Amino acid sequence: MKNNIDFQSATVLDQAHTKNNKNLSKILLHILLIAGSFIMVFPFIWTILSSLKNMAQIFVIPPQWIPDPVMWSNYIDSLLAMPFGLAYFNSFYITVVIVLSTLITASMAAYAFAKINFKGANVLFILFLATMMIPKQVTMIPLYLVMDQLGWLDTHLSLVVPGALFNAFAVFLLRQFVMGIPRELEEAAIMDGAGYVRIYWNIILPLIRPALAAIAIFTFLQSWNNFLDPLIYLNTPEKFTVPILLNSFKGLYTANWPLMMAGTVISVIPVLIVYIFSQKQIIEGVAITGIKG
Amino acid sequence: MYRNRPNLWGFLFISPQLIGLLIFSLVPLIYAFTLSFTSWNGFGASEFVGLTNYVSQFQNPDFWKAMLNTIYYMFLVVPIGIFISLLLSIGLNKIRGKEIYRVFFFMPVVTSSVSVGIIFMWILNGDFGILNQLLSYIGIDGPMWLTDTKWVIPSIALLSIWWGLGYNMVIFLAGLQGISQSYYEAASIDGATSFQKFRHITLPLLTPTTFFVTIMTIISSFQVFDQAFVMTQGGPAKASYTIVFHIYEQAFVDFTMGQSSSAAIILFVIILIFTLIQFKLQDRWVFYEK
Repeated sequence: MKNNIDFQSATVLDQAHTKNNKNLSKILLHILLIAGSFIMVFPFIWTILSSLKNMAQIFVIPPQWIPDPVMWSNYIDSLLAMPFGLAYFNSFYITVVIVLSTLITASMAAYAFAKINFKGANVLFILFLATMMIPKQVTMIPLYLVMDQLGWLDTHLSLVVPGALFNAFAVFLLRQFVMGIPRELEEAAIMDGAGYVRIYWNIILPLIRPALAAIAIFTFLQSWNNFLDPLIYLNTPEKFTVPILLNSFKGLYTANWPLMMAGTVISVIPVLIVYIFSQKQIIEGVAITGIKG
Repeated sequence: MYRNRPNLWGFLFISPQLIGLLIFSLVPLIYAFTLSFTSWNGFGASEFVGLTNYVSQFQNPDFWKAMLNTIYYMFLVVPIGIFISLLLSIGLNKIRGKEIYRVFFFMPVVTSSVSVGIIFMWILNGDFGILNQLLSYIGIDGPMWLTDTKWVIPSIALLSIWWGLGYNMVIFLAGLQGISQSYYEAASIDGATSFQKFRHITLPLLTPTTFFVTIMTIISSFQVFDQAFVMTQGGPAKASYTIVFHIYEQAFVDFTMGQSSSAAIILFVIILIFTLIQFKLQDRWVFYEK
C-alpha cells in the first residue's frame, strides 16, 4: 500500500517535472520562432530603411540603422526617374483581364469536363494534365516565334491572351470542385427546363466560389510577378510591367541604392497589400493545391 | 434541353481553354522539338540537321558549365531548404500563435523575383551589405558574395531558400495535419518518448509530403533563372550561368534558335523524368495508405 502511494506521488512529481520541462521548451521554441520570423522579414525592413537614407548615410560603416534625415524624396525621385505609374497601370490592367478571363474560361472547361458527357472528354482532359508538366522555359523560344507570327511582339496581347486562354492548373483544380457538386442540384434545374448555360451560370459558378477565389489570388500573384514573358516579349519602356521596369531601373541606377530600394518598395507594395488582406486564403490555398504564387 | 447535344456543348465549353492549350502549349512544344533538329538562326532558311544540335550541345563547355552550376545550386537548395522547412513546420505544428508565425515565414513567397533579387543584391553587397557588416561584428570577414566565383551560387541558393521556405513550410504543415492523432495517443500509452514518436510516426508518415516537396524543389531548381539574371547576369565569369540562362542566351542573344531548342528539350526530358517519378511514387503511396 505504501509502495503504491509512493509510486503515485512519484508520478505526480514526474508529471509536474515534465510539465515544467514542456513549458520551458515551449518558451525556447517561441524564442527561436520569433528570431526566425525576424530573419524572414528583415530583408523587407532593411529595404524600407535603406530606401529612406541619402547616399551619405547608406555607405556608412558601421551601418546607420535609423535614417536621419528621413529622405522621403527618394520615393518622389524614383517615381519620376522611371514611368512607374505607367508600369503600374500596365501590370494592373493586364492582371485584371487575365484573372477575370481565367475564372470564366477555366470554370467553363472545368464544368464541361466534370459534368458534360461528351466524346473525347477523357483524352482531352489527360492532354490538359500532361501540359501541366511542360515547363515554360521549354516553350519560350517557339512561343516567341508564335507571338512574332501573330504580330503580338512588344504588345500586351502577348501577355494577356495566353494568360486568359491557357491555365491547365486552374482547369484541373476547378474540375475537382465541380465534381463535388451533387447531381440532384443539376437535376432539379433540368426539371425546371434549364440548359447548359443556365446550369453553369446559376448553379455551378455560385457553388465553386471559394475555389474561384483561390484561383483568382494565385493568378493575380503569378501575373503580377511574371518576369520571363514580359522580359522576352516587350521592348518599349512605356509598355513595361512593374517587374521589367524595376529590372531596367536597376540597370540604370546601379550603386544608387536608396533610389533602387525605394523603387523596390514601390513595386512590392501591391502584392504585400493583397497578401496581408488575403494571407489566410493564400496560405490555405497553397496547402490544398500545392501551387506556388 | 439539357441532355441535347452533349458533344457540341462540351466542346463549346472547353473551346477557349482548348484553343489556348493548342496555341500556347502543345504547338510550341512540338515546334521546340522540330526546331531542335534544324539549324535555324532566327531569320532566313532553316535546314534539317538531324542530331547535330544535340551533339554540339554535349560538346559545348558552356552547356556543361550551366549544367554543373544548376546541379550545384540544386544540391544546396534541396537538402538545406527542405531540412529547414521540415524543422520549422514541426516546430510550428502544435504551437499557439502558429497563424501569426506563418504570415511572416510565408511573406517572401508572394514577392517577385526581381524585387527579392534587388533586395539581396544590397544585403549581399560585399563592401557595404548588411550581412557582411553583421558578420564583422562577430569577427568574420564576409566574402564578396555576388562577385566571387566561389560564392555566387551559394548566394543565389541562400536567396532561394529564404524565398521558398514559406511555401515548403505550408506543404509540410498540411502533411503534418494529415497524420491521425490516434497514432500518437497509442504511442503515448506504450510510453514512447517525443523523439521516438517523431522518429517512428511523424517521419515515416510524412514521407509522401517530403518526396513531393523534394521533387518540386528539384524541378524548380532546374528552372532557376530570374535570380541569376537579375543579380549577376550569369557572372562573374559564368559562375552563375544556369541551364535556363544558357537556353535564353543561345536564343535571344546569339539567335541560334535551333541550338537553344536542343538545350530546352534536354531540360524538358530531365524535368519530365522527375515528374514521372513523382507520379509513380504518388500511386504507390495511395495504395500503401489504404
